[in-house]
Amino acid sequence: MIPDPSFLTVRDLYVQFKTEDGVVKAVDGLSFGLDRGRTLGIVGESGSGKSVTSMAVMGLHDPRYSEVSGEVWLDGENLLTATPRRMEALRGRKVAMIFQDSLSSLSPFHTVGSQIGEVLTKHTGASRREARERAIEMLARVGIPQPKLRVDAYPHEFSGGMRQRAMIAMALVCDPELVIADEPTTALDVTVQAQILDLLKALQEETGSAIIMITHDLGVIADVADEVMVMYAGRAIERGTRREVLKAPGHPYTWGLLASMPHLATDPDSPLRPVRGTPPSLLTLPSGCPFHPRCDYADRVPVDLCSTERPDLHPRTGHSSACYLSQTVKDQIRG
Amino acid sequence: MAEPLLQLTELTKHFPLKRRRVVVHAVDGISLSIGEHESLGLVGESGCGKSTAGRLVARLQEPTSGTVSYRGQDISHWSRRRMRPIRSEIQMIFQDPYASLNPRHTVGTIIGGPMEVNGLRPTERGIKELLEIVGLNPEHYNRFPHEFSGGQRQRIGVARALALKPRLIVADEPVSALDVSIQAQVVNLLQRLRREMGIAFLFIAHDLAVVRHFSQRVAVMYLGKIVEIGDRDSLYERPRHPYTHALLSAVPDPDPDTPRRERIRLAGDVPSPVNPPSGCRFRTRCWKARDRCALEEPPLVRLGGNAEGHLTACHFPEAPTTHGSDVVLDPALS
Repeated sequence: MIPDPSFLTVRDLYVQFKTEDGVVKAVDGLSFGLDRGRTLGIVGESGSGKSVTSMAVMGLHDPRYSEVSGEVWLDGENLLTATPRRMEALRGRKVAMIFQDSLSSLSPFHTVGSQIGEVLTKHTGASRREARERAIEMLARVGIPQPKLRVDAYPHEFSGGMRQRAMIAMALVCDPELVIADEPTTALDVTVQAQILDLLKALQEETGSAIIMITHDLGVIADVADEVMVMYAGRAIERGTRREVLKAPGHPYTWGLLASMPHLATDPDSPLRPVRGTPPSLLTLPSGCPFHPRCDYADRVPVDLCSTERPDLHPRTGHSSACYLSQTVKDQIRG
Repeated sequence: MAEPLLQLTELTKHFPLKRRRVVVHAVDGISLSIGEHESLGLVGESGCGKSTAGRLVARLQEPTSGTVSYRGQDISHWSRRRMRPIRSEIQMIFQDPYASLNPRHTVGTIIGGPMEVNGLRPTERGIKELLEIVGLNPEHYNRFPHEFSGGQRQRIGVARALALKPRLIVADEPVSALDVSIQAQVVNLLQRLRREMGIAFLFIAHDLAVVRHFSQRVAVMYLGKIVEIGDRDSLYERPRHPYTHALLSAVPDPDPDTPRRERIRLAGDVPSPVNPPSGCRFRTRCWKARDRCALEEPPLVRLGGNAEGHLTACHFPEAPTTHGSDVVLDPALS
């Protein structure tokens, strides 16, 4: 399970950005892990640090503006101490990323086929012809009709759903062992979202890769994640299996996320139950639990513990939430 | 029945693409009405024409044909000057809280500006009251948009619309740019305003779950046409159009126990509105399509078994049962 996986282990990850206004603590001490063939869903709102985390794993933070510390072990190798050259060799080959915005992540000046093929020529030294063949194969695999024609098309000639498929093809062309998908369906229409999630699942079953699925959408999590990590203000505030986190959430923030999300089973005539207030500024994080200013239950915890001391996840148990509320009180609250 | 506040009749908007001498059929003959104090949800995927429909209602654009009647008057081709007296009555809330507020103006100016233009004298006290109504700190009157979070900015946009005492607000995806926990705050705020101030809403969104929480009636658009419209409960509980079924089955559900197999996977993408399919526009993605669907456009009518006002445009509608029980999988993907 999560605390001791063999494939990917992230330990005490910190990412800070120096800005004119001060130091932004985007990721503030994060540890998690993932096994091959499994999908970890990272949920959080904007500013929770979920994308910054994935960029750190990919080694994409510019050292001039950011400070990254901790350990990111992938298959026995610490990526944070790897040379830029080594990272370049790993990216695209062993670790690949699928971005949210396919229009701005693909080059408008190159054909889709050449962009997919480039990954291959760069990493395997394949000839241009081989690369083209493989690009056609990949386009077919991700379900793009007429791949032999489409391989020579430019991104603007594709619809949003097709571009996202092309990006998945590009990410997967070298059969990476770890795929990071950062909100891969957020920009897509609902009926196309399901297609893309199905596709990712099918490809994972074929290749056995590990997937980190970053999303703000608990519906996507319920659909694809094996394990879930909920992030808030740069930290993991809850983690567990999909069922544990969605069916028996332990953190008031997770409760809030679930309650504020309208779905078809909720009573449409009763008001939604939002989390009050707004997420904290990462420049001046609240003392103690970063969620306590928005939490309705901080007064159920004895002596101002919530506002003075930061709670942590239990390092050894599978399902854990960083909250001082006792299980008895939680059961009372949740009824 | 009392005269509706707003009535759209066969409303059409085509955008000519000059270079290619073709026409984008953004909105293609939609008819609907909104009563006083009523909230109508307009849902559909990107490119279905829902935003264009909203802009036609707010008269930000002029229709190619058809009419927009507001309180019994056909305003479809009124000049700017003639529109002026009713401009304040139809207000808009936009999707992007970052792009729709002038970054160089203070909150006070942003809210007071439209009041001045419309001949209402804005007072600091009045604006502070508005800020309070939308749940912002009145002391932030002199702050600039960048000092607020996305959700707070959307509240500023709401206050700006409210300042003119509108009777109808066109809200175009007002919460889709916001975080989940903030979305619910803004939906609740709009709900409260509708109830307390009796403002009618055209609520445009792609998220059926959000629309369900806000609307009394709902219209579903696909490629410029309304494919189904009806009272909320009738439409959500007894949808008849396959597309409505597909949309409903795609609504995210955080319960891992919901059987995933019941979800409809539509094949392909929405066709281009430049060259929409003949007959029923949904037929290219519909698992029930037959020859007739390509030849004959289905009329928007009340089907047997449907409640009054629940209209569906489909030759082969689904049975009037609770959705989910008779869902057919996309044969192309199974």
